[in-house]
Amino acid sequence: MAEITLVEAVNLALARALADDERVLVFGEDVGHNGGVFRATLGLQARFGERRVRDTPLNEALIAGIAIGLAAQGLRPVAEIQFSGFIYPTVDQLVNHAGRLRNRTRGRLSCPMVIRAPNGGGIHAPEHHSESPEAIFAHTPGLRVVVPSSPARAYGLLLAAIRDPDPVVFLEPARLYRAVKEEVADDGEAAPLDVCYVLREGRDVTLVGWGAMVRECLAAAEALAAQGVSAEVIDVATLKPLDIASILDSVAKTGRCVIVQEAPLAVGVGAEIAAQLAEHGLLNLLAPVRRVAGYDTVMPLFRLEHAFLPDAARIAATVRELLEYA
Amino acid sequence: MTVVARFEIHGVRYLDAAGHPCAELPPLGRDREHLVALYRAMVQARSFDAKAVVLQRTGRIGTYASALGQEAIGVCIADVLRAEDVLLPSYRETAAMLGRGVHMDELLLYWGGDERGMDFAGPREDFPICVPIATQLTHAAGVAAAFQYRGEARVALAVCGDGATSQGDFYAALNLAGAWRLPLVVVVNNNQWAISVPRSAQSGTETLAQKALAAGITGVQCDGNDVLALHETLAAAVARAREGGGATLVEALSYRLGDHTTADDASRYRDPDEVEARRQEEPVVRLRRYLHAQGWWDAGVEEALKADCAATVDAAVARYEATPPPAPTAMFDHLYARLPAALAAQRAAAAAGGGHG
Repeated sequence: MAEITLVEAVNLALARALADDERVLVFGEDVGHNGGVFRATLGLQARFGERRVRDTPLNEALIAGIAIGLAAQGLRPVAEIQFSGFIYPTVDQLVNHAGRLRNRTRGRLSCPMVIRAPNGGGIHAPEHHSESPEAIFAHTPGLRVVVPSSPARAYGLLLAAIRDPDPVVFLEPARLYRAVKEEVADDGEAAPLDVCYVLREGRDVTLVGWGAMVRECLAAAEALAAQGVSAEVIDVATLKPLDIASILDSVAKTGRCVIVQEAPLAVGVGAEIAAQLAEHGLLNLLAPVRRVAGYDTVMPLFRLEHAFLPDAARIAATVRELLEYA
Repeated sequence: MTVVARFEIHGVRYLDAAGHPCAELPPLGRDREHLVALYRAMVQARSFDAKAVVLQRTGRIGTYASALGQEAIGVCIADVLRAEDVLLPSYRETAAMLGRGVHMDELLLYWGGDERGMDFAGPREDFPICVPIATQLTHAAGVAAAFQYRGEARVALAVCGDGATSQGDFYAALNLAGAWRLPLVVVVNNNQWAISVPRSAQSGTETLAQKALAAGITGVQCDGNDVLALHETLAAAVARAREGGGATLVEALSYRLGDHTTADDASRYRDPDEVEARRQEEPVVRLRRYLHAQGWWDAGVEEALKADCAATVDAAVARYEATPPPAPTAMFDHLYARLPAALAAQRAAAAAGGGHG
């Protein structure tokens, strides 16, 4: 079993899906010979041919639209959008069609498709290359929104997304593409969707994050442990539909919750988690629910991106504030 | 300077507004049985359309988009497609959908506010009515790509209006069809009006058919009120797609004799003289005049057909109105293949007749 990076795990899952199922097609901008700008599709065209791994014209709305047509025909399109900052032209197709086709035909047609995109900041990229638009899709009925946080999780969740009978927006934290390596077994095993993953158990506070923020939560938990504070860390993984039960269970034990998101604060996925904690978990809380998030500003160019992005220090400082309550 | 490329756009017309031949007719012009069948389908579609408007006016369905004066396009589309082809309609394709085997009561169910109407029993792979303009064209390109991938001799045919040709999705779909040589036919029902905006304000191009040139596919214009011209043009486009010859954009010139929908009042922005002038060119009367001139039709057969169509529509209305309303839980039951746990409480609340919270 080899140690691989997250982007290599994505590649491994795509290769596995292509090998296992003739219905799986990979397409997007530069995914063919070039292997994608992050090399997530490296070598796939050479191995599986141009029929199955295909460059498209440069048009994101088109990419989403043809995925819907292919999926309705029973194929399993896996489309790449080059950066999530360029995913906005797909919103019309994903909101008006992908998320609705099953419902508006009462199950006659469906959209088993995946739209993959690198997501988030922290990679010193040009303008529009560091966005976190997950809330738009998490707000959309009929979609699944999945964000992996490690190589093994990326492999398992991507296979699950490709095999899922409904449309999935799969947002890969670009910052983690090559940040860590871990052993990933190419066993074709999908990881469950629609569930949170408890990555570290704790007693005093629950840290809830997804994508690149999971690493910050784990680092904060490590720092807090050195100060005698026991933090539980939850990787949400599937942002929609949300496994709030796992988060409520954890907060029932710890009494405190800090939600960490890279996206701007207002009306984000963290707001939904906080609202559900208020609705269903208030009596278990020892302190207010807090969110550590990006600011409600435009994602700054890279000189200021680290001032924008939440980090372990901000998370740990917020936890220490909560410990003042009781 | 040299000419590096040269293009022409061809127009097709066989019958003038009075139903007189204005060019040497194709074989279909001699095919009594086929033309009578097409005529019957047009009258049936118009009969349904008129009834649907009445049902809206009396509160028995919701907003409805009439296709008055554009019946020839849909009837010919349905006639040239095979059952295994896939139609991707906009919201004005009543005639095409009926011709494909969608039932009238299913269409009424949809316009009557019930999703079950798009779960039609007939052409199971056809797409549902598409309201967002031109978005169905990229789906059609995807469907065509699926046929191409599987090596199937099938065709995807999408229909849109003249306003849709201004959308990015319109060009994106044509462009991909050119780049990938897809088995796709896009039919523009150029009915001259996108709600209140006339064709002249929509685009500076001389024809809409020439938009195909920028995508590297065939573009052709035909008289959309002339069944002979439409049928020949569409059949050629579908055959070319099926044989691997690539995609075609067909601009069918018609006129929207009615309002945009029942929620619109075209008298606010349209000169009634223009409408009356265009009414003289409409397709049903045109074909009837031709049939009369051939001695293939008379007033008695016409009366019988109208009575027959009305009875068919009335029976469909009765079936529609006898359909029990959907349960509130229906909005949850087809959202995903399996109901996510996160939605269980909301579904239960809807079932109990209340909101959530």
